[in-house]
Amino acid sequence: MLQTLLSLDNVSKAFDGKPVLAALDLDICDGEFLTLLGPSGCGKTTLLRIMAGFEQPDTGSLTLAGEDLTRLPPERRPLNTVFQNYALFPHMSVYDNVAYGLKMEKRPREEIHKRVMEVLEMVQLQNFARRKPHQLSGGQQQRVAIARAVVKRPRLLLLDEPLSALDYKLRRTMQGELKRLQRELGITFVFVTHDQEEALSMSDRVVVLRDGEIQQLGTPREVYERPANLFTARFVGETNFFPGRITSVEAARLRVDVMGLERTLQLPRFEVSEGESVNVLLRPEDIRVLGPDDPQGLPGKVIERNYKGSTLDSVIELADGTQVLASEFFDEDDPAFDYNLGEPVRVSWVDGWEWLLPEESVAAAPGDVDEDG
Amino acid sequence: MNRWLSRSYLTLVYLLLYVPILVLVVFSFNDARTGYEWGGLSLRWYHALFGNRAMVQAMWNSLWLALSAATVSTLIGVLTALALHRYRFRGKQLLNSMLFIVMMSPEIVLAISLLALFLLVGIQLGYFSLLLAHVTFCLPFVVITVMARLSGFDERLPEAARDLGASDFTMTRTVLIPAIMPALLAGWLLGFTLSLDDVVVSTFVGGPGYEILPLRIYSMVRVGLKPEVNALGTLLLVFSLFMLMLSQWILIRSKR
Repeated sequence: MLQTLLSLDNVSKAFDGKPVLAALDLDICDGEFLTLLGPSGCGKTTLLRIMAGFEQPDTGSLTLAGEDLTRLPPERRPLNTVFQNYALFPHMSVYDNVAYGLKMEKRPREEIHKRVMEVLEMVQLQNFARRKPHQLSGGQQQRVAIARAVVKRPRLLLLDEPLSALDYKLRRTMQGELKRLQRELGITFVFVTHDQEEALSMSDRVVVLRDGEIQQLGTPREVYERPANLFTARFVGETNFFPGRITSVEAARLRVDVMGLERTLQLPRFEVSEGESVNVLLRPEDIRVLGPDDPQGLPGKVIERNYKGSTLDSVIELADGTQVLASEFFDEDDPAFDYNLGEPVRVSWVDGWEWLLPEESVAAAPGDVDEDG
Repeated sequence: MNRWLSRSYLTLVYLLLYVPILVLVVFSFNDARTGYEWGGLSLRWYHALFGNRAMVQAMWNSLWLALSAATVSTLIGVLTALALHRYRFRGKQLLNSMLFIVMMSPEIVLAISLLALFLLVGIQLGYFSLLLAHVTFCLPFVVITVMARLSGFDERLPEAARDLGASDFTMTRTVLIPAIMPALLAGWLLGFTLSLDDVVVSTFVGGPGYEILPLRIYSMVRVGLKPEVNALGTLLLVFSLFMLMLSQWILIRSKR
């Protein structure tokens, strides 16, 4: 892709003997928007704190554009952090908060003034320079926190769940704002979140973390459409799993028995052999709900329907109790497009839209998702 | 009926609390020689008070002692509180509980042990011994006041300062100290008042060369109640009211 800016090599960290990060390698490219995504306790915040210099890794090293950062204290690293609860200095005005970093660099007064006003204008807070942080709304405080970090023109900006304290609407606005800032400034962003929707919509690349290990590293599309394992599939978006058994392996395709339904699927990336079990993954939007008399598909009945405006989300219970999530767009030409609860239907999908994963011995559900990572 | 009872009870409580103080203030302006009769308004006892050189000297001594004791204990106390808050070290728990022991132990025990220590080490009783003693009993109050403030402190603030390029020392100076300033001032005021009206410890560790106000008053009262004491009491009352208002003002300002 691009040149590597920050490179983490074999980084591990344990707190009181409990491993948090396990021998992690990660290359962050210059100018990209990289998201660390995972449930709380997956190590994403610790990883960010190691990059910032607030924590020392037990093993491994960090290299920023060829310079070894590992033993450098935070104040000497050319990167800045936007904290989860903003951490604005309560006794300083907005102006002084933003100017703090430049004062530390001992820049001349005129330069400080010019740069502070520039960056305040960029976040549309030029009229709030004299206010104290507690006189601002959450969104404004957020923007001050960003201004304070970017005024130093860092090579890399670390953002620790910066939007988690905002309400849904403001959050969406700030997501767009952050993307715009990142494009304008050309700074590399490393963004920590537990919100998969946020991760998918904002990032160039996503790192899915679980228990201190990278589960997958890829573009949002790769992570969503081709998850590396069951954890990623479950954590990123909604997923339906169908158990399958391989009946025969051909040159380029595969015959799989999915709950009694014979389907021909493409060969997956992993090794397969006859008689093996596989997981057939389908996103809710890939599911097709057919009439009860259709020869294709698995029989079931509608047990829940949620009108979502642009889509109709329904839950269909199959004969063996498996629940399938389906999300369909409204078909303007079909006036009968709707279901009653308890209505018998059949569930199918378009061949080639499925994604195969090998059977995993322990397919634990993702951990609890809460505010602090 | 019930309401009338509770009202009068409350009135009684307040009367008991404030009538003596009121009497003291009124009688400080009394022109009569004794405290039993009213002889008209006058400032003669204030004149007498300020004409009493030993008394004025004791007043200055007390003020100077309280000022220096409060300042020294605030300096040490803030550093102690920061150390207890920020670092993990061997004996931290011990240090913490020792502070409480100083605060909880009867003053007389502290007084006797300090006297024994000073005699053992050979420190002459006077200003220096008083200062050491006062710093000792003021210290826990400062530490606890500052620690309380630090416990509600956002741990991300020091990190944000470091992240923006401040060294540990600069961060402490520009972020940590301003954040705990109200507690620091409150601790200082607490130390100042504790030192100013201390009798027990000062009786033991004070020396003839450095007489302080509470001891001076105490010895005056023993000989017989002079109306000068009323004037002095009134002055002290005004002074402590002023200090109280000052500390409240600082607190209110810091909350904004």
